[in-house]
Amino acid sequence: MLLELNCVSRSFGGLHALSDVTITLPQGEILGLLGPNGAGKTTLFNVINGVCPPSAGTVRFRGQDVTGKPPYALSHMGLARTHQIVRPLNELTVRENVMVGACFGHEQRRLGEAATIAEQTLAFVGLEARTNQLAGSLNVAEKKRLELARALAARPLLLLLDEVLAGLNPVEIGAMVEIVRQIRDQGVTIFMIEHVMHAIMNVSDRIVVLEYGRLIAEGTPAQVANDPKVIEAYLGRSPHTAQAG
Amino acid sequence: MKVVTAVQRAISTVSRVEIARWISPGLWLTLLAVAGFGAWPLVIGQASLRETLFTALLAIALASSLNIILGFTGYVSFGHVVFFGLGGYVGMLVLSKGAPLWVAMPLGGLAAGLLAYGLGAAILRLRGAYFTLATIGVNEAMRAFVNNFAPFGGATGISLKFTVYNDYGGAANALWLVYGLLLAVTLAAILLSYTVKTSKFGLGLMAIREDEDAAEVMGVVTPRAKTWAYVLSAIIPGIVGVIFFFKNGNIEPADAFRLQISIESIVMVMLGGQGTVIGAVLGAAGYQQLRSFLLTNPLVKDLQLAIAGGLLLLIVLFIPTGVVGLIRRKLPVLRKLLV
Ligand SMILES: Nc1ncnc2c1ncn2[C@@H]1O[C@H](COP(=O)(O)OP(=O)(O)O)[C@@H](O)[C@H]1O
Ligand SMILES: [Mg+2]
Repeated sequence: MLLELNCVSRSFGGLHALSDVTITLPQGEILGLLGPNGAGKTTLFNVINGVCPPSAGTVRFRGQDVTGKPPYALSHMGLARTHQIVRPLNELTVRENVMVGACFGHEQRRLGEAATIAEQTLAFVGLEARTNQLAGSLNVAEKKRLELARALAARPLLLLLDEVLAGLNPVEIGAMVEIVRQIRDQGVTIFMIEHVMHAIMNVSDRIVVLEYGRLIAEGTPAQVANDPKVIEAYLGRSPHTAQAG
Repeated sequence: MKVVTAVQRAISTVSRVEIARWISPGLWLTLLAVAGFGAWPLVIGQASLRETLFTALLAIALASSLNIILGFTGYVSFGHVVFFGLGGYVGMLVLSKGAPLWVAMPLGGLAAGLLAYGLGAAILRLRGAYFTLATIGVNEAMRAFVNNFAPFGGATGISLKFTVYNDYGGAANALWLVYGLLLAVTLAAILLSYTVKTSKFGLGLMAIREDEDAAEVMGVVTPRAKTWAYVLSAIIPGIVGVIFFFKNGNIEPADAFRLQISIESIVMVMLGGQGTVIGAVLGAAGYQQLRSFLLTNPLVKDLQLAIAGGLLLLIVLFIPTGVVGLIRRKLPVLRKLLV
């Protein structure tokens, strides 16, 4: 198993953002993570990559217990992620942003190699025209691509994608889904949070569903889509909408 | 065979970047200008010009060093003068015991670097204003400590015997020597600043400046990077402290840990443009020019610090990226030159 979460919980004050979550992710899979707003999806990613350590439970990555390790340690081991709310390094160029991923992430490349990797990666996500611009000058869709390029430039083993499709138009969504597929074909394991239902149904091998910090369903896209609990949680409590979905 | 070509290609990319890094007109013009102006008093042998430029070079060296932690890493070190003061003290101590200047200078730099290393673990965890306040606290604590520290002469400090200068061809000659040394150290400070900025290490620092949490997620080992940035920004002030107080002949707590020097260094970096190698140099030179004007003007002679503070406020409000940032925005053609 590439990633194993065992009975992970995390609370903020009295709020149980995650309760007893157990998930395993084998190498080569695309695992989707669904759940309504505030379900704890982003918190789960934060727990996995060490941004916020779990209050209880363990995280294992590549067979090692990484619970409580700092984010850079996980990055070095081959984990990379994107942020739901983009975090560009505004005063650096787009190229430099991506070079940071290549220089300090999984492969720890030298500056010169990183520049080459950055250019390749930017071409892959379709941002090559922006290479020399400051990251702060990109629009939101471009910043999402930049997040992805930065993560990819590290050549990670596991990629956590936090709502990379949110805020994109249908054409952009199609392009991004295609990019995600190609990344998987390169052998990268992907764990992705997504709100755009049909997109994640299309691209995932398996899906897990969170609600109020608890795992309420797990299975193939078809199984999850027909799970009454998921229909209720995800598509709202109105039976009418649930049937329509 | 394939591996060999891949390796060859990798090497050639690396060296291409490495070569491009050193073909930087901005860097060489800056070094040339500082070296040219700096050498002028040596060429014409004019002592008054030497004294003016001594202050300017000192400012450039301090501002360029401060820029590493302030401009590249985004940590506002307000008490940076502590490194200048400590370096000065360690240097003066060994000088008064008979050690030569070539020994005292590296020892001063070493002491400053060690202090930064020790402090780094403790206070670089603090962010924003908390870090800034801590650096002021460190400087004030150091001053209080030295005031009561017998080996450093307590409140009276350390004075060099006049005969010390005999080893350097007499006092008059020593002044020229000290000037030449400061010029060399200043050029080294600029080169260090540029080397850091254009290195992988420097890219990590700038990532920290832009978004420390994101940098950590991308793999930058932020505690280590920040500590080394702090150490590198402390060493040259430590060395400069030795030179300054050797020339001065004595050192005492009130002179060594004067917060005003810190504040002025910050104004210089901000004025020129934080985070740029040239900005620190231009800011320091420009500020010294202004300062010497103010010093000779009886009306505002005693208002120096107030003026420095007012200037800082104006910069932060109206040109937060400094003069260099302004030029870069208005005249993008000069971008490549303004390293
Ligand atoms: N750092 C934090 N401090 C306090 N509460 C938090 C923090 N991070 C997340 N939360 C809370 O945890 C819950 C889950 O949030 P989040 O994981 O962002 O949800 P999702 O990504 O599924 O929309 C929310 O109620 C949110 O307010
Ligand atoms: Mg979220």
